[in-house]
Amino acid sequence: MEAHAMPYYGGRAPEKGLAVYTQKVGMWVFLCSEVMFFTGLIGSYIILRFGASETWPQPGEILNIPVTAINTFILICSSVTMVKAFAASEMGDKRGTRLYTLATAVIGAAFLGVQIYEYSELLGHGFGPWSGLYGSTFYTMTGFHGFHVFSGVVCMTWATVKAFRGGYDNGNYQGLEVLGLYWHFVDLVWIILFTIVYLI
Amino acid sequence: MATIVAEPTGIPVVEEHHEMSFIRKYIFSSDHKVIGIQFLFLSLFFLLVGGLLAMLMRWQLAWPGRPMPFGGLFPETMAPDGIMLPEFYISLVTMHGTFMVFFAIMLLLVGVYANYLIPLQIGAPDMAFPRLNMLSFWTAVPAGLIALASFAVEGGAAGAGWTSYAPLSGMPEYSGVSMGQQMWIVSLVLLGLSSILGSTNYITTVINMRAPGMLWTRMPLTVWALFITAILGLLAMPVLSGGLIMLLFDQTIGTHFFLPETGGQPLLWQHLFWFFGHPEVYILILPAMGFVSEILSAGSRKPVFGYKAMVGAIVAIAFLGFIVWGHHMFQSGMNPVLGTSFMVSTMVIAVPSAIKTFNWMGTMWRGNLHFHTPMLFAIGFVMLFVIGGLSGIFMASAPFDIFIHDTYFIVAHIHYVLFGGALFAIFAAIYYWFPKMFGRMMNDRWGKIHFALTFIFFNLAFFPMHTQGLAGMMRRLYDTSGYTHTADLQGTHLLITISAFALFATGVIFAINFFGSMFRGEKAPPNPWNATSLEWQTPSPPKHGNWEQAPVVYHGPHEYSHPDVTDKDWLAQNERPDVVSPAGH
Amino acid sequence: MNWSLPENIATYGGKIDALFWVITIVTGIAFVLVEVGIIWFCVKYRRREGHRAYYTHGSKSLEVLWTAVPALALVALGVYSASVWAYIKGRDAAPSESLHIAVSAKQFEWNVTYAGADEVLGTSDDFSTRNQLHFPVNRPILVWLEAEDVLHSFFIPQLRVKQDAVPGMTIPVWFEATKTGDYQIGCAELCGLGHYRMRARVTIHEPAAYEAWVGEQIAARAASGEPTVVAASADLGNDVGDGTGQHAGHDHSAGGM
Ligand SMILES: [Cu+2]
Ligand SMILES: [Cu+2]
Repeated sequence: MEAHAMPYYGGRAPEKGLAVYTQKVGMWVFLCSEVMFFTGLIGSYIILRFGASETWPQPGEILNIPVTAINTFILICSSVTMVKAFAASEMGDKRGTRLYTLATAVIGAAFLGVQIYEYSELLGHGFGPWSGLYGSTFYTMTGFHGFHVFSGVVCMTWATVKAFRGGYDNGNYQGLEVLGLYWHFVDLVWIILFTIVYLI
Repeated sequence: MATIVAEPTGIPVVEEHHEMSFIRKYIFSSDHKVIGIQFLFLSLFFLLVGGLLAMLMRWQLAWPGRPMPFGGLFPETMAPDGIMLPEFYISLVTMHGTFMVFFAIMLLLVGVYANYLIPLQIGAPDMAFPRLNMLSFWTAVPAGLIALASFAVEGGAAGAGWTSYAPLSGMPEYSGVSMGQQMWIVSLVLLGLSSILGSTNYITTVINMRAPGMLWTRMPLTVWALFITAILGLLAMPVLSGGLIMLLFDQTIGTHFFLPETGGQPLLWQHLFWFFGHPEVYILILPAMGFVSEILSAGSRKPVFGYKAMVGAIVAIAFLGFIVWGHHMFQSGMNPVLGTSFMVSTMVIAVPSAIKTFNWMGTMWRGNLHFHTPMLFAIGFVMLFVIGGLSGIFMASAPFDIFIHDTYFIVAHIHYVLFGGALFAIFAAIYYWFPKMFGRMMNDRWGKIHFALTFIFFNLAFFPMHTQGLAGMMRRLYDTSGYTHTADLQGTHLLITISAFALFATGVIFAINFFGSMFRGEKAPPNPWNATSLEWQTPSPPKHGNWEQAPVVYHGPHEYSHPDVTDKDWLAQNERPDVVSPAGH
Repeated sequence: MNWSLPENIATYGGKIDALFWVITIVTGIAFVLVEVGIIWFCVKYRRREGHRAYYTHGSKSLEVLWTAVPALALVALGVYSASVWAYIKGRDAAPSESLHIAVSAKQFEWNVTYAGADEVLGTSDDFSTRNQLHFPVNRPILVWLEAEDVLHSFFIPQLRVKQDAVPGMTIPVWFEATKTGDYQIGCAELCGLGHYRMRARVTIHEPAAYEAWVGEQIAARAASGEPTVVAASADLGNDVGDGTGQHAGHDHSAGGM
């Protein structure tokens, strides 16, 4: 427990919690909630798909798997730059911190761009959320994931500005670490969604 | 033994105090105590609204088709000539449940007391994320207002019950309600967000901000209950949010999650709703159990009987609470084999509640019982919660549930748990912590009168519903007189309605006492109940930041009548150990 | 006030009612124990000046006792209930000699389809009635329950039968009456503004009288050349099915299973 985070307790440590700083605990707790949110969506998808398995389209029949595979790769790259941004900040590498936070925000935005392109193509072919259960589940699940990426990009943009102003210098890496937890979580969810929605 | 010197320990806090504007101090405040009190006013308001809606329903049930008093105030779409329309009645059923469950009881238990008590009872200066806490409150406010405003839109408020079963809730063509149903969804999505933010905060605070010496095994049972409740909310609420959004999409952008035309499944909504709904039931009772444990202990001047079993029971309920939801769906068309497994898990989850009840009795056993108002409400809680718990066993048995499912027996049960249980505990908590919140005592004599009348009229209003249910009277009926098997139960309806009006009227006594005491009440000492937990070891009301110095905790949470302490019958958690150290704590 | 269940006319109703009494006795004992205990403690241990409470943190043996006893009682109740449950609601619980009837619920009426003389549903001699259900006494009846629009719940209190009707599903429900007479189907699941008046008449016939009634219906259909739909007579106080305003004519027929 960093003393500076908790002036109230003076030199005494509060009772040992998880021996992790509070913002990080908070993010872990919040992510538990997010896990349940996506569990609800994915669980519903599985139940609905089982109930209508004869009419379910084959993989690739409607969705463009190659484009999304590339997009998946893009998102994984953003996780790599996120790790690098955190590592740079932890090691006091100011230039690296700035570069990699910016890269993460940009790559995240690129993912969203490809997703928007994908949606517009599908809608152009008349495949929308109203197109049966397949459309309903596809748009809801990928849409909510996209919304999470969007929120992440907004936060990363803000973090980039902060990084360029030196906000993560001098070992002040905690904000990036917490944001990174969220970012990797959203990335992980995408890999699960890509597998069950596109590939299976 | 020597007398005890309560000597402050720890190192002085370095804190800057800025003079804050009125708005920052009382409206957009991030102080957990202010937010707790804001939630108190908000939730009492919705308790009043929910109560008023219930009064309207009771009028219709007792005197079907007779013009309501002040009925002329209602527009044509609700009650032409003061006579309630069926669609308005269904909206009342729906919104009464919604307001009471989500905006009154849940906010009273969690919004008010998790905010107010957690930092005080664990010895923290505030929540882990004070501004997130403020955001949580200011998300709950619009949520409630949207729900309230839905009465005014075309088509009226939501009309598919507080459970909003699809497809009735998913297709305006079926319910006649479109806008109102969507506002209902948006309202609950916002409330869910508020609740998730709150829960994140409470959990983090309890994990990471306990004062030195505040071990897990020294946390008051209120904190334990609120902590586990927060975990339930954290994990259950997002599932509801997901379901609600799917329901909203079904209505607005043409998805088919719960509509059967293209393979959507109406039962999926029920699974999602009750996956949330059963933990929600415990969200609405665990904190109450925590308050009652603590107040019974203080009122009996005895440690809580079986503290570890009490904690264990709370934790067990939280685990089991996620695998019993199907007991709401025995007659839904769900595979009956699943019904059997849900029945067995449901029987098992009754055990922790039994343990708690016996431990409360154990707490009172050989005590020195002080019958102040909070204690009376706490005892009333145990007496009534037992009835609600035992009537739950009737419906846990799937074959008997065939008969009582969706009858007034269920209505009786839920009100014994949520009113006789949760609301009695809330009244206990309000009387008990009022002096800490507002620095003044509530009037004890009027409190006792309030208790006695509430206890009597509550039972007169809700006990007869058991008998209506056993006669087979279905719930949510605008007019029950058309059925031959319940035709002779109109007299019972009349008794219930008159008792319900009287019950509502007892609220006036409470309101006068509450607001009167806020300004005129006797000044409260820091520790009016001679209680042990940390919040009583700081001024009433506590200052911004709660303590001048962080308290250091040496003792268990409910140390009353310790044989080594002779000059008084309580031992504060932060009293110095070199003077006295009770065995085992 | 009514302190018990309505008349039972179902063969399996005795099992449900017995379960009711068993639970009533078990919970009754617990109820008396707790309430009397609390009141007794309130009197006996009320505050006395100079008196001090007994200091204890609990008792292992007592706590084990009051964990084990409720646990055993509840699990026993669960096992007992499970057998009754399987007998009544198991998917294949209906006896094989059952008479099949199809019931379809919609806002706010019950449509009943009979198998006709050949006792097979889905053949040309089927005929339907609206808001009335006829069947013979002393013969198991298997109802195939469907809903056309929203959820409804098929409830005949005296037959101890209740089952939600779900659009998109066909749910088997069986029962056997031990007595002839007139009863009612009620809707037990909120289904909209007309929920309170979604009733139908139940007529339980002697077997011969049922045969005769079926004969009449078939003859009537033959005479008119159209499927017979018989609406309930007005004396049962049922005004549904004759256009209830905004919801009439809305038809979302759902797929089979
Ligand atoms: Cu439940
Ligand atoms: Cu109905």
